[in-house]
Amino acid sequence: MTAFLRAEEITKIFPGVVANDRITIEVESGEIHALLGENGAGKTTLVNILYGLHRPDSGRIVLRGQEVQLRSSRDAIALGIGMVHQHFMLVPPLTVAENIVLGMPSPREPLLDLRPASREISRLSQTYGLEVDPSARVWQLSVGMQQRVEIIKALYRGADLLILDEPTAVLTPQEIGDLFNNLRRLKAEGHAVIFISHKLDEVMEISDRVTVLRDGRLVNTVDTAKTDKASLARMMVGRDVLFRLEKPPVTPGEAVLKVNGLRVMNDRGQTAVGGVSFDICRGEILGVAGVAGNGQRELVEAIAGLRPVVGGEINLGDHMTTYLQPGDLLDLNLAHIPEDRQKVGLVMEFSVSENLVARLFSRLPFARNGFLFLDVIRQNADRLIKEFDIRVPHAEVKARALSGGNQQKVVLARELSREPDLILAAQPTRGLDVGATEFVEHRILDQRSRGAAILYVSTELEEILSLSDRIAVMHRGEIMGVVRPGEVSEEELGLMMAGEKRRS
Amino acid sequence: MFETLRQLLWSNDLIYATLRLATPLLFAALGGLMCERAGVINIGLEGLMLGGALAGYLVALKTGNPWLGLLAAAVAGLLAAALFAVVVITFRANQIVAAVGLNILMLGLTGVALRAAIGLSQGQTPAPTIPIWKIPGLGDLPFVGPVLFAHLPLVYIVFVLVALVAFVFYRTTWGLAVRAVGEHPRAAETVGINVIRVRYLTVLWSGILAGVGGAMLSIGYLNTFQEGMTAGRGFIAFSAIIFGRWTPLGTMLASLLFGFADALQLRIQAFGVNIPYQFLVMLPYVVTLLALFGVGRSKAPAASGVPYVPGEE
Ligand SMILES: Nc1ncnc2c1ncn2[C@@H]1O[C@H](COP(=O)(O)OP(=O)(O)O)[C@@H](O)[C@H]1O
Ligand SMILES: [Mg+2]
Repeated sequence: MTAFLRAEEITKIFPGVVANDRITIEVESGEIHALLGENGAGKTTLVNILYGLHRPDSGRIVLRGQEVQLRSSRDAIALGIGMVHQHFMLVPPLTVAENIVLGMPSPREPLLDLRPASREISRLSQTYGLEVDPSARVWQLSVGMQQRVEIIKALYRGADLLILDEPTAVLTPQEIGDLFNNLRRLKAEGHAVIFISHKLDEVMEISDRVTVLRDGRLVNTVDTAKTDKASLARMMVGRDVLFRLEKPPVTPGEAVLKVNGLRVMNDRGQTAVGGVSFDICRGEILGVAGVAGNGQRELVEAIAGLRPVVGGEINLGDHMTTYLQPGDLLDLNLAHIPEDRQKVGLVMEFSVSENLVARLFSRLPFARNGFLFLDVIRQNADRLIKEFDIRVPHAEVKARALSGGNQQKVVLARELSREPDLILAAQPTRGLDVGATEFVEHRILDQRSRGAAILYVSTELEEILSLSDRIAVMHRGEIMGVVRPGEVSEEELGLMMAGEKRRS
Repeated sequence: MFETLRQLLWSNDLIYATLRLATPLLFAALGGLMCERAGVINIGLEGLMLGGALAGYLVALKTGNPWLGLLAAAVAGLLAAALFAVVVITFRANQIVAAVGLNILMLGLTGVALRAAIGLSQGQTPAPTIPIWKIPGLGDLPFVGPVLFAHLPLVYIVFVLVALVAFVFYRTTWGLAVRAVGEHPRAAETVGINVIRVRYLTVLWSGILAGVGGAMLSIGYLNTFQEGMTAGRGFIAFSAIIFGRWTPLGTMLASLLFGFADALQLRIQAFGVNIPYQFLVMLPYVVTLLALFGVGRSKAPAASGVPYVPGEE
């Protein structure tokens, strides 16, 4: 039997990088084929080639036994290839139906007629269990819903092969479960699926075969049933990976951050944090667990001086910092690793060296009297790039050009190299792969050993359990209880996350 | 005092003049609206109108046919817009800077071309003008006939065009593509829409309409061309798009408002009210400014002003 799709010896060279180096991959109908690799391994580049968005420098693509030329995504769509991009390709002000028919000829060309499309959308929704309202506007939908729209969009165009680029990165565990059910149904209907991920558990759960890429090269393709997490991790990272973190013993010191009865509003003016109190000591990590959107972001922003406090008090060391601005807090040695590294953490159009002094550029040693000391800034960049193992050709490339993991390393390098007393880390490993996640976690633990107090927000229970000294569980802006990782089960934490207060 | 005010506002003339003065604005604005919705900011409407005004005058003068003049105005607008499109779409220049350049270029070019074509002395030679067309039947109605149905044909056409543009936007696949390209060009490209082509066509369209709007000034309401005779109307048209929140209906209402302000100041002047005319002439521009304050942060298409780099680069 010939494979549904065979990409042979695909090579793609970008200025300075070989993104794909003679990669061969085969995908069968009725198969979920995982594409696994660290950030920058070349996964997106490969599927962009399969979708006609990039032209390979060499290699050939054979579809249903015939060699094909993909000059644009139009060609790929016509040949039955559909793709759900890592960043969704939906037009927010348009409706679901309008997004789905966009670019397709209408049955009453040139008139736009959405009725037959809406019927077809409903049919696809039912067949594959992908519930959506065709008349809803996309900006009103949750991320999980938008992803369904993307999948229907591909199916509406008659996709036999569906490519999903890191589809789980933006989903809640519940939504991931739904997605997997949908993918299984697609597979049962005979569709081929390419599923990109760097999360080993997901790959083990959903895929039939796994192709592992590393540094633009093919490592191997294996049957999922005949492999395990450890060997996949080894193939992906190129060395053994520890799944359990070694946490050195640290005796906590005096309290660094004291939060008392803090109340904060969200962007819509509703209470997001409703009177929370806690302390964090030197050498201690307080993990904040909870389903995303329960006030964690507002809590961190309030402490960082980015969001006004409407009630309660924040103390940092000996200072009352409730109403201070981010600039003042910098002087008090506060570090902030924001949730959104691309919008808040970095200036994407600035170079790495500029980003490495982004909060500090106006003061010594980087500047005096308004003049920048460019050589000091450059030396600082060279030192941090080495120290934090930031993979860049040189310090003057724009932050935009970096992979997610390397972008986060730039943020970490800037914030942690100042040896802060308090670190606010908001979902610092979100969207990162095994290698980068491990790197971030180790750096945070190093800071703990050094004696920093750390507030660590994460929606991943496993991570919270392995890193924290104490865990505060948030639900609807309140803390349901503070527990120690050794003294609580995942089930108990789950109940607290769902709003059950802990009696103690 | 009160009686004066009543006479001032409550008159057929004022409504007639509002329609008359709003139409050139609305032509340019409807052109600009289309390319703005595709993500190209076009403050070059001023220069495009000016080019249309001159081409219309010269061709009408030389051929003796105002309709050929109108056609020439559309072609002139198209050619100038094509230049703008190459600069901002293919070469991805900053759209504001390129449009300012276009406006200055057209100001200089029309001055030179005028002299080259008819010499220095004869600047005032009258050209044949587009005749008023009283709609048979309707034009004879009492009161409304002379106010609404005795205009240049272009006045009727522009209101038909408003409906047409609205229809194209919301009821055709092309309109959907334009809206998508202005909001999220990458998404449009991934479903096979040619973003560059959509943007070119909409910019060319804006040139045609702005050219026609300009010709209305030279061979519609006057019979001559004066340097810089658009006097900022292209910018007012640009503002009408924003004040109209990037919708055809809103753009029409905004153009009517600005046309009304212009009509009002002319009428106050004619009334001999004791205000220096320089202040009165400012009125439409002041209303435009106030209107733009008033809209606050209205949302432009998300990809406005951002040059598009197709995928494979
Ligand atoms: N358009 C591009 N221009 C230049 N370099 C690119 C481009 N896209 C990707 N790269 C580089 O190619 C490599 C592979 O990237 P990518 O395919 O996005 O990896 P992955 O999806 O596995 O994280 C990276 O080093 C990345 O920086
Ligand atoms: Mg990727």
